[in-house]
Amino acid sequence: MIRFENITKSFGSRLVLDHLDLQIRKGELTFIIGKSGEGKSVTLKHMMGLMRPDTGHVYIDGVDITTAEEEKVRDIRKEFGILFQQAALFDHMTVRENISFPLRENTKLSEKERAFRVEEVLAQVGLHHIKDKYPNTLSTGERKRVGLARALSTKPKILLYDEPTTGMDPLLSEMIDELIVKVNQEEREITSIVVSHDLKATLATADRIIMLYNGCVVLMGTPHEFTTTEHPVVRQFFSGTVDGPMEFL
Amino acid sequence: MVSQMRAYFIYQASTLGAFLFFLRQVGRQAVRGPFRFREIFFQLEAIGNHSLPIILLTGLCTGAVFSLQIGGIFQVFGAESLTGGATGIALATELAPLVTGFLLIGRVGAAMTAEISTMVVQEQVLALESMAVDPIHYLVVPRVLASMIMMPLLCGVFMAVGVVGAYIVGMGLFDLDQGVFFDRLLHMVTFHDLIAGLRKMFIFSFFISIICCRGGLMASGGAKGVGLATTTSVVIALLVLLCIDFLISYFQIRWL
Repeated sequence: MIRFENITKSFGSRLVLDHLDLQIRKGELTFIIGKSGEGKSVTLKHMMGLMRPDTGHVYIDGVDITTAEEEKVRDIRKEFGILFQQAALFDHMTVRENISFPLRENTKLSEKERAFRVEEVLAQVGLHHIKDKYPNTLSTGERKRVGLARALSTKPKILLYDEPTTGMDPLLSEMIDELIVKVNQEEREITSIVVSHDLKATLATADRIIMLYNGCVVLMGTPHEFTTTEHPVVRQFFSGTVDGPMEFL
Repeated sequence: MVSQMRAYFIYQASTLGAFLFFLRQVGRQAVRGPFRFREIFFQLEAIGNHSLPIILLTGLCTGAVFSLQIGGIFQVFGAESLTGGATGIALATELAPLVTGFLLIGRVGAAMTAEISTMVVQEQVLALESMAVDPIHYLVVPRVLASMIMMPLLCGVFMAVGVVGAYIVGMGLFDLDQGVFFDRLLHMVTFHDLIAGLRKMFIFSFFISIICCRGGLMASGGAKGVGLATTTSVVIALLVLLCIDFLISYFQIRWL
């Protein structure tokens, strides 16, 4: 469904993605892991065509979005939903307006239908009581959940989560992780891709895991393959020790 | 030294190229539907209603001070009856568009850059793109269109209250006759002068909004990036305004 072919991306002299090849299967919950600065979020942005690679191709359902017309890329983006690291809610809009915004822009739903969908997704994330509040009055967890509700509102085929639990307390992290699993179970057709540092949640919930290191895929496999592998970089990352082949900047 | 100069010129040329490309994008997005009337009306209110008090106050003061200065000089020659007309011409052709432009750069332009750059650093602009919404179509076009409608109107208000300021000074300090004041004003200030001033402001409004919106979209980093983007946009807009003012005035005087 999503295929990266030989993707290279640099920022100045810093090479972030180095001839990256990966595949993400339809309907699976895939986690992308790796230490900070390894290009996990950059990988997500390439999937939506929000960033252009220096070389290589990104295929979404067989369409090469790196060479496609802007209009075509825009149409493909409508199939996506994304939860940003800081939720990225529009601060001049209420929760209700934030969630109905993509519906207003990308669907032909009437105002009544949009209002109904807003209620529906807010109930899905357990936040039906805050729809008239502004984002700056919400807690971090609430903002993330509203962000998720907004991403879900258009019923996307592919849902991306950019570090959904970073900076959260364990309880809140657990709640967001449960929500991700719940969404993946409820929406059978949805393909979810999560960028995460939370190894416990990754092993517990992922269908497949992709680990990035030095801009390349170190290992791509099931949680079982990750716990049983002898790959030194993977072992070091999961054990959390400083000593090992992994370089720290 | 030569290589440094070359690098400098290449940088400036690429900046100009990027700006022209941005103008092209704005032009393309401006004619593409859907037309965002809601956002345009919101911006009209933000630019117009919220700037009106400062425009009224500054216009009144500018008209009063200018007529005080020019009236003092005219008094030496016994020609203080010309105060109203001279102030009217100065306001219509130069003072109103320039001072309104400066005020609106500070109040509206800075706000545009700060708002958009905050959206950039908080990934809100990226969120727009992720929802297949073009940021130029959603953020820039309504601001540019609203500026081009509202800023010339504010300039017209500035001219009108400037004349009121001049009238107060003329009546109060120079004991001018009301009839003489308005007769000279209407005789000296032509419709052409008023149009020249409004046309100038129309061109200024385009550049103010374009420069400030682009400054916002180019921002990077956190709070420091927002501050830097805002300061840079305001300074560039002020300098561009002065250059354009000179060019327009030159062409108006030479050819019109």
